[in-house]
Amino acid sequence: MERRNFLKSAGALLAGSVLPISLVEVAFGKSKHENFTFAYISDSHIQQIKGNKFVRNFDRGLVRAVAECNLMDPKPDFVIYGGDLAQLGSKPEIDHGLEIMSACKHKVHYVMGEHDYYLDLGQYWESQLGPQWYSFDHKGVHFVVLNSIIVDEKWTNKWSSGEERMGVMAGLDNPLGSPFMVGAAQRAWLKNDLAKVSKDTPLVVLSHSPLQKIYKGWNFWTDDAEQIQAILKPFKKVNVFYGHVHQIQYNQIGNISFHSVMATAWPWPYPSTYSQAPSQLPKLTVEMNRADPFFERDATGWQFIDVWSGNTSMHFQLPENSPRTVAYNKKHKQPEDTKYQSDRIPPQKHY
Amino acid sequence: MKSIHHVAIAATMFLVYATSAFADEFTDQDLKNWEQDFQTAVIQGRKLFTDPNLGSNGVVCAQCHPNGANTHPETYPKLQKQLGRVAVMWEMVNWCIRNPLEGKDLSPDSPDMIALQAYITFERRNVKLAPGKH
Repeated sequence: MERRNFLKSAGALLAGSVLPISLVEVAFGKSKHENFTFAYISDSHIQQIKGNKFVRNFDRGLVRAVAECNLMDPKPDFVIYGGDLAQLGSKPEIDHGLEIMSACKHKVHYVMGEHDYYLDLGQYWESQLGPQWYSFDHKGVHFVVLNSIIVDEKWTNKWSSGEERMGVMAGLDNPLGSPFMVGAAQRAWLKNDLAKVSKDTPLVVLSHSPLQKIYKGWNFWTDDAEQIQAILKPFKKVNVFYGHVHQIQYNQIGNISFHSVMATAWPWPYPSTYSQAPSQLPKLTVEMNRADPFFERDATGWQFIDVWSGNTSMHFQLPENSPRTVAYNKKHKQPEDTKYQSDRIPPQKHY
Repeated sequence: MKSIHHVAIAATMFLVYATSAFADEFTDQDLKNWEQDFQTAVIQGRKLFTDPNLGSNGVVCAQCHPNGANTHPETYPKLQKQLGRVAVMWEMVNWCIRNPLEGKDLSPDSPDMIALQAYITFERRNVKLAPGKH
């Protein structure tokens, strides 16, 4: 399919609804590569109340994302699930989440989130979904999936139970939590995995946490980010997509473009709205406008991602905000908001 | 030289008046007690803010509002869209308890409601008052 036609049909879809999923197009024009698309669903936080009762807002968000994903035209080649399927990592939550996901008609590649992990260190998740980090090739693009939410062993083992550990990690602002990292073992694996890949192969790296340091207080953070970025540095086109933050963020560090994907569960405030601590939200990011302090679907909008010749364009369709496009600016060599970036007039007041 | 001397005397007199303008001073102990009582409410508010039993479905306030962010106590009273009228903060807290938390309203003067507001407001300390603002 031509890119133009794809955009047209995606546009038709955009006009009709507001979807909590992301669609990615990887397109390589006349080269030997074939164009293809993939979709992205993330951060559903399926939360059990009791027995077969689950928090409605959150599981309905995922049901909707899966339904919309099945209606996509063109059909995505596969779906990425960006992590935090469960809220407290329990078997019933993961089972319920996977049951909803089983309605998805496409192959799904899963990323590990901290909410899936800290009850049993990913054991149940792994028994259902396979290894926590892996890579695969698809039509000329090398995809790497990382578990970026690991913390050191001392912290991991200091709790009296998995429930206690999960409870602490589930609280974003809990000062007893610990900063995330990819860790030495996985970095060594990544180096080894990428040794087989030619430097002009486009890379798409999928992680739950940002692989950059944004705000430690809420774990918008990956402690060994610099070391991972150094491993990715020799490659010409690198795109990192991450979940976890439930809001629009983007950044450029060297050759690496960073983009967050939206959540299906609930919105999070930007770190800069917490007045008691400074944050390092990427200077590039123009924050979303949020007129209402609690609009439950804010930050759970639709984004269409176009990875054109290895660079990314993200089109956001938001329930109570104007549509936005964050596209790679070839001149400035970084992703930029096509409307708000140049004059940096903040489009929001955070009330 | 003389005039400088006068200014110095005037300044000294002013300082004397300024520091003796209050008859009875609060003692350090008073201030400490009051701060302690306030902090007790703040700590209780934080506890409730992360308590899965505040509502009925296990959802906690901090899930959407880490460190009380995006609660904006400094903007109340204001038009609250969910309620369709100008509201004060505790009314919006109850809206959150009823809806995302699927719980029951707290009485406006209950210690729990006061503690929740103490915590939220403490997290926004030093932010300028902006009533009515969105």
